[in-house]
Amino acid sequence: MLLAEITDTGLAAICYGLGAIGPGIGIGYLVGQSVQAMARQPEAAGMVRTTMFLGIAFVEALALIGFVVFFLGQG
Amino acid sequence: MLALHFPPLGHIVDWPGFAGTEGAWYEVNKVVLVYFFAVVLTGLIFVLGNKKQLIPTGAQNLAEISVEFVEQQLIEPTIGHNERKWLPPFMLSLFFYIFFTNIFEIIPVIQMPANARIALPMFLALLCYVIYHGAGFKEHGPIGYLKHALIPPGVPVAMLPLVMVIELVSKFLVQPFSHTVRLFANLLAGHILLVTFAVLSAGLWTAKWYAVFLPLPAFAVIFFTAFELMVSFLQAYVFTLLFGVYFGSAVSHEH
Repeated sequence: MLLAEITDTGLAAICYGLGAIGPGIGIGYLVGQSVQAMARQPEAAGMVRTTMFLGIAFVEALALIGFVVFFLGQG
Repeated sequence: MLALHFPPLGHIVDWPGFAGTEGAWYEVNKVVLVYFFAVVLTGLIFVLGNKKQLIPTGAQNLAEISVEFVEQQLIEPTIGHNERKWLPPFMLSLFFYIFFTNIFEIIPVIQMPANARIALPMFLALLCYVIYHGAGFKEHGPIGYLKHALIPPGVPVAMLPLVMVIELVSKFLVQPFSHTVRLFANLLAGHILLVTFAVLSAGLWTAKWYAVFLPLPAFAVIFFTAFELMVSFLQAYVFTLLFGVYFGSAVSHEH
C-alpha cells in the first residue's frame, strides 16, 4: 500500500508545499501591484518600494513559519 | 544509482568547539567566531568613518552613504521626524551587525550564517522588543502606553474586548516571535539551499554517466550564492525596517 508508506518527512514536505501556496499568491499579488504603482507614479517609487518590502516581510513570515514547522514535523 | 548522502540538519548548523575550548562555558566555535568578526567589522565602520574631510574618501564614503541610507530609507518612512540622538547610530549598527553575520554565509572557508542558529536573531529581536516598548512606556506613561497600544482609534465600544485581546497577543507575543523567525528561517533556508546544491554537485562529480548533469547544480550553486548576497542585505534591511515600524507605532502620537 502506498498510503501506508507515507512517512513523517513526506507528510511534512506535503504540508509545507500546501502552506507555501498562500504566501506565494500573496507576494505575487503584492509585488505585481507595487510594480504597477511604480510604473504609474515613478516619483513615488521610493515610498512604494519601502512599503513593498514591509508587506513582503509580513506575508513571507507565514511561509517561513511553515518552513520551521516542516523541520519540527519531521520529528 | 546515484548515492547522495545529505547530511542531517544538525551536521550543517552545529559546529564543534575549537581546540582547547570544547565543553567550556566560553566554548568558541565557528558561529561564535562570526559574532566576533561581525562586531569588529561593525566597529571598523564607526572608527574608519569618523574622519571629517570635506571631500570624503574610502571608508568615509561608505560611512556617509550608510548613514544617509539609514536616515532616509529606514527612519524617515517609519518614524518620521526623529529627535532621538541615539536612534540613527543604533539602527546603523543593528543593520551592519545583521548584514555582517549574514554575509559570512557566502564567504569561503567560513560559509556559515550566524543567524541560522536561532540564538542571535532571538537576542536581537528581544533587544528591539525591550527598546521599542521601553520607548513607548517612556513616551506615553505606563497607563497611557497600554491604552495607546491596545485601543486602536475608531473602534466601536462593543468590539473593544475582542480587539484588545487581539492587539495584546499580536503586539506583545507574536511580534517578537515573527521578528525572530523571519531572520532565522530565511538564513537557515538559504544555507540549506546552498548545501543541497553543493552536495548534489559533489555527488555528480563521481557519478558515472550522470556527470553530464553536473553543470546544472554547479550553476545553481553560483546563482544561489549571488541570490544569498541579496538575501543577506535584504534581511538586514527588513529587520531594521521592522524595528523602525514597531518603534514608530510605539512612540507615535497621531490618533
